Amino acid sequence: MTRKIKIKRGLDIPLAGKAEGDAVSVECDAVGICPDDYPGYTWKCDVKPGDKVAEGSTLFHAKEAEDIKLVSPLSGTVEEIRRGERRRILAVTVRKSGEEKKSFKEGDIESRIKESGLWALMRQRPYDIVPSDSAAPRDIFVTGFDSAPLAGSVIPRHLAEYLENGLKVLKSLTKGKVYLSVRENQGITSDYAEILEIEGPHPAGNVGVQIAAVAPVNKGETVWALDAATAARIGCLEKTGHADFMTEVAITGSSAKNPKNIITRIGAPLETLLKGEMEEGTHTRVISGNVLTGTKEEPATGFLRYPYRQITLIPQGDNADEFMGWASMNPQKFSVKRTFPAFLQGKAKKFVMDSRLKGGRRAMILSGEMDKVFPFDIYPEYLIKAMLAGNYDKMEKLGIYEVAPEDFALPEFVDTSKEELQKLTRESLDKLRSES
Amino acid sequence: MSKLKEKIDSIKPHFEKGGKFHALHSVFDGFYTFLYTPNTTSTSGVHIHDSNDSKRTMITVVLALLPCCLFGMWNVGYQHHLATGECLGWFNQFLYGLWAVLPQILTAYIVGLGIEFISAQLRGHEIQEGFLVSGILIPMICPVSTPCWMLAVAVAFAVIFAKEVFGGTGYNFLNVALVTRAFLFFAYPQKMSGDSVFVSLGDATGVDGYSGATPLGQLATSAGEHVQVTGVDGQALDFMNFFIGTIPGSWGETSTLCILIGAVILLATGMASWKIMVSALAGGLLMSVIGNAVGNPAYPVSLVNPLDQLCLGGFMFAIVFMATDPVTSCRTETGKWIYGFLVGALAMTIRFYNTGYPEGAMLAVLLMNCFAPLIDWCVVNRNIRRRMKRVAA
Repeated sequence: MTRKIKIKRGLDIPLAGKAEGDAVSVECDAVGICPDDYPGYTWKCDVKPGDKVAEGSTLFHAKEAEDIKLVSPLSGTVEEIRRGERRRILAVTVRKSGEEKKSFKEGDIESRIKESGLWALMRQRPYDIVPSDSAAPRDIFVTGFDSAPLAGSVIPRHLAEYLENGLKVLKSLTKGKVYLSVRENQGITSDYAEILEIEGPHPAGNVGVQIAAVAPVNKGETVWALDAATAARIGCLEKTGHADFMTEVAITGSSAKNPKNIITRIGAPLETLLKGEMEEGTHTRVISGNVLTGTKEEPATGFLRYPYRQITLIPQGDNADEFMGWASMNPQKFSVKRTFPAFLQGKAKKFVMDSRLKGGRRAMILSGEMDKVFPFDIYPEYLIKAMLAGNYDKMEKLGIYEVAPEDFALPEFVDTSKEELQKLTRESLDKLRSES
Repeated sequence: MSKLKEKIDSIKPHFEKGGKFHALHSVFDGFYTFLYTPNTTSTSGVHIHDSNDSKRTMITVVLALLPCCLFGMWNVGYQHHLATGECLGWFNQFLYGLWAVLPQILTAYIVGLGIEFISAQLRGHEIQEGFLVSGILIPMICPVSTPCWMLAVAVAFAVIFAKEVFGGTGYNFLNVALVTRAFLFFAYPQKMSGDSVFVSLGDATGVDGYSGATPLGQLATSAGEHVQVTGVDGQALDFMNFFIGTIPGSWGETSTLCILIGAVILLATGMASWKIMVSALAGGLLMSVIGNAVGNPAYPVSLVNPLDQLCLGGFMFAIVFMATDPVTSCRTETGKWIYGFLVGALAMTIRFYNTGYPEGAMLAVLLMNCFAPLIDWCVVNRNIRRRMKRVAA
């Protein structure tokens, strides 16, 4: 069954540096797993440097639910446990040796998913965290495309054959429905999932938008969300007993020498992936992910981070020298407002954008600018005010259960007052969860 | 890096924490960010930002005000020429007007920005740009003969009590420019209305038959059914005079044509809400038609035909530049329709039926500023009720 959904409000940021061509394979000899990528649980490390691990062996378990694991995507030896302030673990790195793969053939499918680390690749709404195992999901939403700036494919080609099986497994985990969102031309059908054919600009690919368009999350309900790659991995796990940790990554952005698609391993080191991609000595910002929701990483020490699909390189901009930028008529400066002449150049024009805020932080001034890129039946400004005030009751009433930080990414981009909306949303969701 | 930036960067440490001029760091930052876009990069959330910021927003509004401002300056000189018979070319008329209003503009900016600088410094905040717009708006909506000291007192009152006590730009619930105007209106009524304040005579005396009354002033004080409005030189005025703006009045708001040019700039750049402008115009027009149809001679202003009615007084200026102030108007889209309509309708109602005030636009916008949060509350609450219903179902 196919349902067509049209998202009207949103924005495709015309960013330069799209990856082209078929994916080439890039081998990596190390991986790093960062527990911060998996919010909702306290992760306890089960390994120490020097330990041998197979592909699929446990690196962390959740303190609150011991059977939920983070695993090593590579067979090898634990090299380092990187720690930050107050000895908090930032990452565990594994160096390659051997080809040992852990098999997950025993037990029911739910425990196999948890044991193989695939559970942690899913998210639940509300709160945008790794699903809690205590609540059965009302529905499960699988995203089959990514609408974020310069995003590549969501379904790695080698996993495509397992997707249908994955949807079948997911169907067995919920009493409700499984939904798979696609773009019109993707040509995907399924016997186990309702296909949502979604038209419209970003954030059409955000699962929160899709859930809101089908059936918004109400207080007390739980919905699971995962990408089609994870669904296919679950299908592969059920069929073969092995978890697959290869992923297709788009290396994108105006500062990438040759934007391209690659196939590599989850958690691969950026140094390997970006070899020859970056110009020496330039002020380049390396983002693991897309420009809206990704994480800033150091190219020498960083890793490919969750959701393991994209790397974006843009100019940092910290060495810019812009005289009276507020009076600028530079046609290269992008703005959704027509106060800059960028809009005269048509939709095909792509822009190089750096990471400057391009203004100072201010109180909320302009009204309605966020609504234009926020396709929910929610008043974003009022929800933000409730979050700023820490008013939980108001947050609930204004629909905080329906949103995740990523849904506030475009409002944060267009915001004239340059407020940190995603950070605010994350903190508010965390506080709300600890209160309830 | 340019020489200037190098120079500024070299003195920057003096204004940072521990430097000898740290007490002035907000002022320094204000000037620095005015000259150079700061190179602060994002530390959380999105890695790229839209190029539009608060400075650009405010400067765009100032740009939209320029046609009215320049025309107003010329008109001050032109009215002077009509009133005194002094022969001046159009450029000299402009210079006369510029010279007459410049002290007001400077007073508004110096007092207003001064208070902004001090309060930013006290709070340790960056300087906010809101007053860039208010500073030019305030003189434009005042009579040309307003003494600078009155303006200074009123600006200080408005900036402190209508804005800074609430937290500064973005937190005020009343339009600062209109609070200034209201303060002047109620504190010094004899200087804010009447026959002698809207035309600058300078040292000269009026020609025979001279009257400095504005068209609305003439209408309000008339008793008959039909009144022929005349200019300062006694000549009859018609719709084209009202539309182009060659009439006496608060100097920046007489020209409907220039206001419409400003409206086009605001709407094309997306800096003001077309919903508020359209609904306010609809409200004003509807009320004018009703007033005209009822035609009660006890309220002579209501007898004017609706098109003239819209061009007179500060109505158009108020609905384009005052009612659309995003901070003090409704923030929900539905709310904007209601808010705008009521601003328009109330402005005309006050103009017609409250004979104490020849113009109602200022009071209508201020009154609706007070009700805007309530309208928004109702709109948002409808959304909340819908959500609660879904949970209950």
